[in-house]
Amino acid sequence: MTAAAKLTLGPLLFHWPAERRRDFYFRIADEACLDTVTLGEVVCAKREPFFADHLPQVIERLEAAGKEVTIATLALITTPRELAAIGGLAEAGLVVEANDVTAIRALAGRPFIAGPMINLFNEATLDFLRREGATRAVLPVELSAAAIGVLAARDRALETEVQVFGRQALAISMRCYHARAYGLHKDGCQFVCERDPDGLAADQIDGRGLLRVNGTQTLSHGYLVLLRELAGLAAAGVGHFRLSPQDGVDMVRVAALFRAVADGVLGAGEAEAALRAMVTPVPFINGYFHGREGMAWVAAA
Amino acid sequence: MSPPASLELVCPAGTPAALHAAIEAGADTVYCGFADATNARNYPGLNFSRAEMRAGIAHAHRQGRRVLVAINTFPRAGETALWQRAVDDAAGCGADGVILADLGVLDHAATRHPALRRHLSVQAAAANPLAIGYYRERFAISRVVLPRVLALAEVAALVGAIAVEAEVFAFGSLGTMVEGRCYLSSYITGRSPSSDGVCAPAECVTYREDGDGLRAMLGDAVLNRFGPGEPRSYPTPCKGRFATFGQPSYLFEEPVGLNASGILAELRAAGVTALKIEGRQRGRAYVSEVVSCFRALLDALAAGLPPPPVARLAALSEGGKETLSAYRSGWR
Repeated sequence: MTAAAKLTLGPLLFHWPAERRRDFYFRIADEACLDTVTLGEVVCAKREPFFADHLPQVIERLEAAGKEVTIATLALITTPRELAAIGGLAEAGLVVEANDVTAIRALAGRPFIAGPMINLFNEATLDFLRREGATRAVLPVELSAAAIGVLAARDRALETEVQVFGRQALAISMRCYHARAYGLHKDGCQFVCERDPDGLAADQIDGRGLLRVNGTQTLSHGYLVLLRELAGLAAAGVGHFRLSPQDGVDMVRVAALFRAVADGVLGAGEAEAALRAMVTPVPFINGYFHGREGMAWVAAA
Repeated sequence: MSPPASLELVCPAGTPAALHAAIEAGADTVYCGFADATNARNYPGLNFSRAEMRAGIAHAHRQGRRVLVAINTFPRAGETALWQRAVDDAAGCGADGVILADLGVLDHAATRHPALRRHLSVQAAAANPLAIGYYRERFAISRVVLPRVLALAEVAALVGAIAVEAEVFAFGSLGTMVEGRCYLSSYITGRSPSSDGVCAPAECVTYREDGDGLRAMLGDAVLNRFGPGEPRSYPTPCKGRFATFGQPSYLFEEPVGLNASGILAELRAAGVTALKIEGRQRGRAYVSEVVSCFRALLDALAAGLPPPPVARLAALSEGGKETLSAYRSGWR
């Protein structure tokens, strides 16, 4: 496998207390073998002010450690103020990852990253976004290996990135289900999502895990794990692999495992076993990649 | 902008028979799709062949009505030709417009068929002036179909801030997630609203006896359990019952249907151009009934008369329950 494969830490999707979030990124800066760290609030604009004061310091520490820093936008941009803020980030020289078509309006003509929540399902959309200025595309979680292959091969000037670890973001809503679950409305939510740093379990009635609610977002219960698939993805032309931060999981160790497999110094099976020992009892999933239901786990042949 | 004298009634047709029924019942415009993954109601036995589409459009035009072709899913990589051909064929069949969601399909339609009217599908979920403005600038859309998540006041403010026509949902089932960006169905079944045009397809649904109750399953997932005598609802993921804090609840939304028949005057005053009836998966009897109710309501509204009684609409709502949903209170 190519040693050029790059590892990205995706944006933290959960509402962790600001100090915890800051300390998490300080350790990532100092210890993690990652090429890119994506910051930014994806889920809820109301969370943004909490971390705003720490953001410059975190960016500085990550960049000083040699990491590329990018900033993800909200998945739903609804106000001119939010759109202006995106334009401001780009003007400040930061690379922005657009997660809503609306964001592209503020970014067009400048290089930007098309985030995983943009509906980039096909080569015609890829061509359009490339013309709008996209230099990298983080592909939607629903894509199969075949679709990823077509998109990764389409335009070598457009880098492609695929999530390989962590809960998969399945839906976004105008309504906050986290507030609803606590008997509150979004406008008076009391930031109850902070009480659930791993999201709120939305299980099946028989108790089996199925989904996690994170504010206005719905996530998979299982962790996506693509380790055995890394070599194939790299061969298909995917140059960046994304790890999504999870509560109670040592992301420095996760990054080291994926780095070792990408570099061919650790077998995927061994890495998978090591990962399993770290994250019990959350199930692993990889169904979308294998053309099946997302929650499925296709075991090694 | 002064409100239009009457609201355009845009009605679903999953079959040529439903198209005829909708026109007979008073639809101003009928929307339908080709029988493949290019439309968001890709269910067995539904939708139109090319010949049926051409004949249906000719019939509508003879009656002075319009037909829109919904090509509102997101092409799978490597299969974009199917979607581009659908746009080309809609134009060739004489359609009055196409309803689109995918950036690549919009780009194709705007480039190749600039004279063909383009409506932005609810699958694109453009719910604010910024997003709508972007689609207008890039693809010269004429109309946006608004998501079913806005309060009446929000609709009015939005209509005043956009330079395209607004179409809103008046009746039918109601998704709770941002449409076109919801993977819950494919996560559980492998079949996707985005690219397959199906949500919670019937072939993945089973009901199992469970003691004195009944479990509704989607794929391998239990999405609901009904006690004796409790009305059953279809196991759509966003209308399922989930256990949070150990207690089953309708975490996302109750299984209810949208019915905005009581606020048509307000929608007209808000500057809305068109009302959409959901339900291309429904039969011609349903289409007939719902469309004729709304025709009577709109005719009374245009004539300044009190609304006629349409109690039978309530019985047609999903799960027999209806809601004004977001229109009254917003989606909070």
